Amino acid sequence: MAIDVATVRKVASLSRLRESDERLESLAGQLNGILGWIEQLNEVDVSGVQPMTSCVEMTQPLRDDVVTDGGKVADVVSNAPKSLDGFFIVPKVVE
Amino acid sequence: MSDLTKLTLKGALDGLKAKQFSSTELTEAFIGAIEKANPALNAYVLTTFDKAREMAGESDRRLKAGEARALEGAPLGIKDLFCTKGVRTTACSGILDTFVPPYESTVTQNLWDDGAVMLGKLNMDEFAMGSSNETSHWGPVTNPWKSNASNAPLTPGGSSGGSASAVAADLCLAATASDTGGSIRQPAAFTGTVGIKPTYGRASRYGMVAFASSLDQAGPITKTVEDAAIMLQSMCSHDAKDSTSLPNALPDFSSFVGKSIKGLRVGIPDEYRLDGIPGEIDALWEQGIQWLKDAGAEIVRISLPNTKYALPCYYIVAPAEASSNLARYDGMRFGHRTEAASSLTDTYELSRSEGFGAEVKRRIMIGTYVLSAGFYDAYYVKALKVRRRIAEDFVNAWNSCDVILTPATPSAAFQLGDTEKAADPVQMYLNDVFTVTTNLAGLPGMAVPAGLDSKGLPLGLQVIGKALDEGTTLAVGAVLEKAAGFTHKPSQWW
Repeated sequence: MAIDVATVRKVASLSRLRESDERLESLAGQLNGILGWIEQLNEVDVSGVQPMTSCVEMTQPLRDDVVTDGGKVADVVSNAPKSLDGFFIVPKVVE
Repeated sequence: MSDLTKLTLKGALDGLKAKQFSSTELTEAFIGAIEKANPALNAYVLTTFDKAREMAGESDRRLKAGEARALEGAPLGIKDLFCTKGVRTTACSGILDTFVPPYESTVTQNLWDDGAVMLGKLNMDEFAMGSSNETSHWGPVTNPWKSNASNAPLTPGGSSGGSASAVAADLCLAATASDTGGSIRQPAAFTGTVGIKPTYGRASRYGMVAFASSLDQAGPITKTVEDAAIMLQSMCSHDAKDSTSLPNALPDFSSFVGKSIKGLRVGIPDEYRLDGIPGEIDALWEQGIQWLKDAGAEIVRISLPNTKYALPCYYIVAPAEASSNLARYDGMRFGHRTEAASSLTDTYELSRSEGFGAEVKRRIMIGTYVLSAGFYDAYYVKALKVRRRIAEDFVNAWNSCDVILTPATPSAAFQLGDTEKAADPVQMYLNDVFTVTTNLAGLPGMAVPAGLDSKGLPLGLQVIGKALDEGTTLAVGAVLEKAAGFTHKPSQWW
């Protein structure tokens, strides 16, 4: 299942990454190497096996639906690239 | 006073309690050692000496007042993956290069609550993705060990390379680390130190920068097995802030160190005898088997038939989770934002491409690919099914054994800038061939230094325990440690 440069470009775009054409070319080679190596999983018979999503055998814990934290606007925006009066300043979304 | 840095954690805690020296003296000794060594080793990416002196002062007050806690006055290094309140935490990524967390990770909070002193933040592979510490935004760490055949700088392994290097070079009493596929155990093996990854869920992931959430687990790198037990006791806890945190009570881990293993059944998996592994690794394994036999253990041949599929399975599961976890770095609320963008999509793409390093981008893209429409079932769901097969292998094995012994790594430390490994990611990934299975199955695993190879470099053995049975893992590790009598230290060339 070899992937070409166009597929790598699409995957980069889905990943919200921008790579030069030159880098896409070398990435295609590397990803093919990795995916080719991964192909050996097809040798494993997994019929009737349930996917394992967690290695912890426990039910999801529930907590009381109460406020336990908050009122930390200054903390929340303390690492913002841009902020003003407790709001995040983001690039214009709608033209 | 520089001799104080050579102490084990246990030795230092005893000395502090006996008032042989103060935490301030101990802390100053480490500060001096770090200032001398760090330009050569690059183990610390940030030092917090003012904070350390302040914490040591408070510890001295408590020691004097007879209010000492479990780790009172012990100077530690913290992997840069753990959020530390008010202290820059970057996971050694350019995208977080100025991030200052407004909160503390549960693991580090536990250490401070027990009286530990923070010396600084330790280098690692970017987002813990790497096996040589070369993907760090702050540059690679150098292994304090050198081959007797060459002066070339060696890798301390990864991703917890800074933690391993700092402990091996006596730049802290012990260090925190984290392990997603072998990131505690491989660096420990490469540096002649002890590293343990507890059962998944024992240590809280709250405040640990996420890589692959179903695999990530915190643990210590230390000088001795006993020190590992002490650190584990403090680091692990049930935490409501992590929904996969286990509510099970912690045993007294130290009580297992020195315990007899007479009659214990030790499994030796056939599938860990790999082609192309150096003879010295096999010989060390045989030696380890003999040591455990001599200590009264029963050696049992076992089979873990799906072992060879663990790494390929991991390289679907881990990148898939990473691509989701790292979607949060969008340049909006925290982390790097590009200056060069003119639209929203530009901002996302350029911020991420400028901020992430090459290996992280590669893994995000693999993850995105295996989760994308049309490939989800063929890759991701398939890998989750194989993961269950791998976990079942262990369940079956526990019918005939109590603990498993394997080599820790397929080689000793290799050179920094290894061009073969740099050119072929799969070659680098093979470093974790013996360690990754326990992450997939959620089991405790520990690397113990067991000998030197012909080049004078440390080699480790790995002990794998049943879920929640870190105790037996530690007991077997302590037997190996005692039998090996590993007291070698790197020569101080820095």
